[in-house]
Amino acid sequence: MTTMIIGGGVVGLSVAYGLLKQGQDVVVLDGADGDFRASRGNFGLVWVQGKGAGCVEYSLWSRRSAGLWASFAQELQDLTGFDLKLVQTGGFEYFTIAAELENQVAKLLALRNASNGDYTFEVLDNVALKKQIPEIGPKVLGATYCPEDGHVNPLFLLKALSSAVQKKGGVIHTGTKVIDVTSTDAGFMVVLENGKQLNGEKVVLSAGLGAIDLGPKLGFRAPIRPQQGQLMVTEKLPTFLYHPSGTLRQVNEGGIQIGASKAELGLHDVEDVLTIAGLARHAIDVFPHLAKAKMVRSWAALRIMSPDGLPIYQHSTTHPGATFITCHSGITLAAAHAELLPDWIMNNNAAPDLSVFNEGRFDV
Amino acid sequence: MFDPIVPNTDPNAQVHFTFDGESIYTAPNTSVAAALLAAGHTWFRQMPVSGRQRGPFCMMGTCFDCLVEIDGITVQACVTTVTEGLNVTRVPQMHLQEGKFK
Ligand SMILES: Cc1cc2nc3c(=O)[nH]c(=O)nc-3n(C[C@H](O)[C@H](O)[C@H](O)COP(=O)(O)OP(=O)(O)OC[C@H]3O[C@@H](n4cnc5c(N)ncnc54)[C@H](O)[C@@H]3O)c2cc1C
Ligand code: FES
Repeated sequence: MTTMIIGGGVVGLSVAYGLLKQGQDVVVLDGADGDFRASRGNFGLVWVQGKGAGCVEYSLWSRRSAGLWASFAQELQDLTGFDLKLVQTGGFEYFTIAAELENQVAKLLALRNASNGDYTFEVLDNVALKKQIPEIGPKVLGATYCPEDGHVNPLFLLKALSSAVQKKGGVIHTGTKVIDVTSTDAGFMVVLENGKQLNGEKVVLSAGLGAIDLGPKLGFRAPIRPQQGQLMVTEKLPTFLYHPSGTLRQVNEGGIQIGASKAELGLHDVEDVLTIAGLARHAIDVFPHLAKAKMVRSWAALRIMSPDGLPIYQHSTTHPGATFITCHSGITLAAAHAELLPDWIMNNNAAPDLSVFNEGRFDV
Repeated sequence: MFDPIVPNTDPNAQVHFTFDGESIYTAPNTSVAAALLAAGHTWFRQMPVSGRQRGPFCMMGTCFDCLVEIDGITVQACVTTVTEGLNVTRVPQMHLQEGKFK
């Protein structure tokens, strides 16, 4: 029983790894460097704070994944030798505008209510915050803190997953663009750009933005769009930041990563000076001493967004055996995708209930 | 270790600068990185977290491994030209001395 996984970003590889652990045969077909690849340009947060306002299932799903992350990272390290630099010491959101802080607190309170009280967060004013992080600047009015937040090196994650898939006997074909996929008597046939054909019993479509073209061939609407995010990283600095925030984190080697902007620009993944300057200004508002730090890199990458921002987990109704998986927080959800999604893909009894993430919710 | 490809034939045309207090003379229009390498400095800074020593790698402004500090600002030594009296220091020391970082 071979499952062909179209797209070998963090989503496809997490799922591939999970299916292999369940004894499935897996072939990953991954495109090329010219593709838009969120897994290579993201911010690296394992984040739950504020997620799922208005859809508690998404909050719970993200938290479940965050809860699985430590053992997932350890397992990958034991198998591949890559230390993913996972840190889950909790995360802050910093606010310089009172109304925004109020909104955030209201959102977290609503999440706490929707979670029957099981949702821990704290609100800190500037003075309380300064006790925790002395470098905080005077413009920061306060922050919210959630102990379940964390961060990871997302490139090590990708590398570790790729190695883990191969160690478990999976096959990864890189530079392999799928241009067509059809149902056959025995499952599916994919056609590659180089004219070759491959057959398998099942198909998982996890091609990121590539699913816009391939989805309809398998009966999926794939109503996703690119959303640009820009990021920058400073020179390496001595460690001073022990908690990530939604916009600022110090990576294990010392650089401060700052991000990420949001812009609707279509398939445009080039950074611009104004946006990067805005990110720098925010960073200096929060940590004034960063004004002296040198920026060493900036880049843009494209998020894969559904209309309501939630993941899509969909079994094909027209092409049985095909599933479509996409999300805009594939790092956070990597542990859930590896540990919990395979049961859902295989329709096992242990499958999590993911019905709210069905594509049908977008039908008008 | 490093010698200029085109030797400076005019001994009067020398530019003077300092690196962590050490006096260094170099030919005009030399980059700070080239001048420091010629003066025998193979590492310019230490990784703030691991302490490992780093020096110029690309010499063309891409790798950022040549960072030094000039006038309180961190700059790439390979794309900065030496000027008379320039005061160049190593970067991490500055941060540590100011006690800004733990
Ligand atoms: C700026 C930014 C910041 C982010 N920050 C975070 C964060 O902090 N935390 C978090 O959890 N998430 C974050 N994300 C989101 C996260 O990066 C994505 O959810 C995740 O990378 C999506 O992975 P993917 O595998 O679906 O997509 P991709 O990484 O895009 O992978 C899709 C793969 O499919 C391949 N492909 C496409 N078409 C075809 C084809 N026709 N045939 C074969 N292969 C094909 C591509 O080559 C690619 O390798 C961020 C994203 C961005 C852009
Ligand atoms: S040596 Fe690479 S940037 Fe200066």
